[in-house]
Amino acid sequence: MNKYNLSNKYKAVVIGGSAGSFQGVAKILSQLPNGFPIPIIMCLHRLKHVRNGFVEALSIKSVRDVIEPYDKQHIKKEYVYLAPANYHMSIELGHHFSLSTEEMINNSRPAIDITLGSTGYVFKDKTIGILLSGANKDGALGMKQIHDKGGLTIVQDPKECMIDTMPSAALAVTEIDYVLKIEEIVSFLNELNSHYK
Amino acid sequence: MKDIEIADIKKIAEVVKVTYDYDFTNYAMSSFKRRIQRIMDMHKFASVDLLVKRIREDKEFFEEFIVEITVNVTEMFRDPSFWRVLRDDVIPAIMLNHDKIRIWHAGCSSGEEVFSMAIMLKEMGLLQNASIIATDLDKEILKKAKTGKYTLKNMELNEKNYIRFQGKTTLKDYYTEQGNHAVLDPNLVMNVSFREHDLVRGQVFNKFDLVLCRNVMIYFNQTLQNEVLKKFHESLFKYGYLIIGSKESLIWCDIANKFIVVNNEEKVYKKFKD
Repeated sequence: MNKYNLSNKYKAVVIGGSAGSFQGVAKILSQLPNGFPIPIIMCLHRLKHVRNGFVEALSIKSVRDVIEPYDKQHIKKEYVYLAPANYHMSIELGHHFSLSTEEMINNSRPAIDITLGSTGYVFKDKTIGILLSGANKDGALGMKQIHDKGGLTIVQDPKECMIDTMPSAALAVTEIDYVLKIEEIVSFLNELNSHYK
Repeated sequence: MKDIEIADIKKIAEVVKVTYDYDFTNYAMSSFKRRIQRIMDMHKFASVDLLVKRIREDKEFFEEFIVEITVNVTEMFRDPSFWRVLRDDVIPAIMLNHDKIRIWHAGCSSGEEVFSMAIMLKEMGLLQNASIIATDLDKEILKKAKTGKYTLKNMELNEKNYIRFQGKTTLKDYYTEQGNHAVLDPNLVMNVSFREHDLVRGQVFNKFDLVLCRNVMIYFNQTLQNEVLKKFHESLFKYGYLIIGSKESLIWCDIANKFIVVNNEEKVYKKFKD
């Protein structure tokens, strides 16, 4: 099943999504292979002033715990992390999270560009970036930053997206390694997992 | 676009420290780097070295630099559920044993939290009993905080927060409109002392029943968070309250064992050991 030319060098998967991405994210998290070997870091656009509920909704679907990290919390491979409401979420070189209330970017806080870009900065070519359905261009720059660091980039197939603005924007600004349907992203992650056995 | 390197960040922190005695060495790298990038973009600096040179040679520019390097994005009644806990639990608990309540807003930025506090206390009939000190390292932002002048666009969000807080009336009762701005009633902060104070270099200067420092320490690394928390501990009376941002935590801090958690969801802590 070696369709994607992967290896066990990767250290983090980072996922961005906005309008129309919830179903896709839920499906990915519900079909994660058991003992998936690296952390999953997610930045999904969400209502700024609804602090509770989102992480719970995702946790119900996910095979692994989804948590909203505290500022300076260390990244562990056992978890799926979700950027909390109304904070930007970055990764620091010491492999922990930093939160911030800086200005919105692309009208968003959390901004996908920040999470994607900082993950690429820290994990370099060991980063896998995935950008899903969404109605603005947030995340495109972050995908470019991942690509520029030698990381691997995936966007959800625009044909499958409820709103394809976000993956299309990424395709326009940088080289994307794979354009995949959600189903294929699931098998991609399965294949990745097999390299760590 | 070339990445700003860690060496660049260190160069900038160094020149600021040597020339102006502000210490950004232990700021969290990711956000500090973004702030530097923002300044480079705004002023179209071609290289970090040019920025360093300008900081060293131009004091006026440095003042601007301070304004931009610090993050001043905030809201009135940010996290309304927190403000309800403050009104319904924390303040009544303090007033049980006190006639007066001494409050410190550490890192008050443009003052939204200070005005929120004043409005809440007024609605509780306690504004006269409060002595409030609001500090920030940024002189310019303190001027703004004192005037309580916010864009009407921001007031929409503030009003929404206030409604969720379940205040007694409407925010409109507390401000007048001037063009595109809302100007909050200056009487609200008549007894608030706004002062310049840097959490990094500043000494402990008073004792308080309640210290609020929400979403300020997220811009510090852990070393600096530890140092600042020691100062907060020292600045609190025994059984005084410390409140931090909803996604901040004392768990990893040296001083955590001297506080108990009063409300974990809203990050309310109480000092119970000297």
